[in-house]
Amino acid sequence: MKKAGKPIYLDYQATTPTDPRVLDVMMPFLTEKFGNPHSRNHAYGWEAEDAVEKARSEIAALIGADPKEIIFTSGATESNNLAIKGVGRFYKDRKNHIITCATEHKCVLESCRHMGQEGCEVTYLHVAKNGLIDLDNLRQTITDQTALVSIMGVNNEIGVIQPMAEIGAICREKGVFFHSDCAQAVGKIPLDVNEMNIDLMSISAHKVYGPKGVGALYVRRKPRVRLTPLFSGGGQERGMRSGTLPTPLCVGLGEACAIAGREMAQESERLHYLRDRLYLGITDQLPEVYINGDLDQRIPGNLNLSFAYVEGESLMMGIKNLCVSSGSACTSASLEPSYVLRALGVTEDLAHTSLRLGLGRFTTEEEVDAAVDEIVTQVKKLRELSPLWEMAQEGIDIASIEWAAH
Amino acid sequence: MSYSNKLIDHYDNPRNVGSMDKKDAQVGTGLVGAPACGDVMKLQIKVTPEGIIEDAKFKTFGCGSAIASSSLITEWVKGKSLDQASDIKNTEIAEELALPPVKIHCSVLAEDAIKAAVEDYKTKHGGTADDADATDAADAEEARSA
Repeated sequence: MKKAGKPIYLDYQATTPTDPRVLDVMMPFLTEKFGNPHSRNHAYGWEAEDAVEKARSEIAALIGADPKEIIFTSGATESNNLAIKGVGRFYKDRKNHIITCATEHKCVLESCRHMGQEGCEVTYLHVAKNGLIDLDNLRQTITDQTALVSIMGVNNEIGVIQPMAEIGAICREKGVFFHSDCAQAVGKIPLDVNEMNIDLMSISAHKVYGPKGVGALYVRRKPRVRLTPLFSGGGQERGMRSGTLPTPLCVGLGEACAIAGREMAQESERLHYLRDRLYLGITDQLPEVYINGDLDQRIPGNLNLSFAYVEGESLMMGIKNLCVSSGSACTSASLEPSYVLRALGVTEDLAHTSLRLGLGRFTTEEEVDAAVDEIVTQVKKLRELSPLWEMAQEGIDIASIEWAAH
Repeated sequence: MSYSNKLIDHYDNPRNVGSMDKKDAQVGTGLVGAPACGDVMKLQIKVTPEGIIEDAKFKTFGCGSAIASSSLITEWVKGKSLDQASDIKNTEIAEELALPPVKIHCSVLAEDAIKAAVEDYKTKHGGTADDADATDAADAEEARSA
């Protein structure tokens, strides 16, 4: 992949480029193989349907599911909406309690909040400082009214991996459905819906080197999970998601899953090496850099670091050749720092100093080394400019000062 | 977010970065903002016996707009009287740097910082050189409300 002249992309949790091998498989379905996969009475339709069903099998294979249990959607946001609102609405008259967690993606939190407005009780579990939920707390929170537990596989900001098998075991024992937003987990870590007792799983294509605009929801058939569809229509996808399937996108997601399955073990090892190189390269040269979230229970392609006394957005402005994200408020209109970092108990001042560094399939060792140099140089420069760094050097405890909030 | 060239220039090449001895009688120090809010500005002025700001230094923890706003105001206050410096409006800074709406508070902070530095200097001088200044300020206030 040619990258000369372009800034270095270290934001793989935001999105990933479509792998050229994926695009190659998609192309014919954008041109000569344009049929509607639901057209049952001619060759164009059959050809498209075969391709979609092959893709469905490839997705299912990556997570240990049956192809019939895969529903195509427009992406993980829709999958999460469909899982939470669909299950919530279908079972509401019998069981109306939903459990989720404070660090979930906004689309999960908002879907749960919406179900709260429709009469469900919602419990938001806290996380420990390392970003993981407490299993005893989960067990105690489940009641005979609990219909659904929705806990993400991998967090999008801090990359930590929740104990899915343990959560699944508790849910199965208690007779509660377990939904997991696995947008950041699929293709990155081994997943098995049966071993982990996952009943519903949200999948995104563009986080795993597939195209944007497509995703999937795994919906267990035995024991059967039922859900109320979000939209009305022709009853495609077992009646759960009406609408003509976008053949090229479905094929892209299938191929992306097939590649991820083949390359996961090797790629994971490579990313581990690069991530360690990045982390050690930075922390060897800079004091007071803190990692947010558990370092071991984490996908290898993520680092989330707080650079004390340096505000995140100004750091991003300085590292002009790197594309990263910040948990700082100043990158958004809300002026509130990241709710995920706040949920970990990261103090507001440190939350303002965080960067998310995401590594992926096309990240090279040269890029990592360049990133280390650029980050170290800029942090040093901005600390020289920081009155807080100056105070810290003088031994003044910043927490002891009475700041006027504004 | 896309920023103006002037803002980026002040961020890349901040003017007058540094610290002065805050115990020096000639120096006024303003420290405004809060780490939890994501911005803290320290602005210092060195004032001649005639009440003219001969030097200014800053250090800022904050986004690029906050750094640029404080860098710009250190340039502007040099050579000004205390009252002229206090009269700088955040809107002038916002305009000069073409701050986007969500960053206007950075210019407000810079205005607060210079006012706090002037105030600190005046407090140190307990109303001596100040009487004249105070009268001037009152006059200016009157002129504005008129």
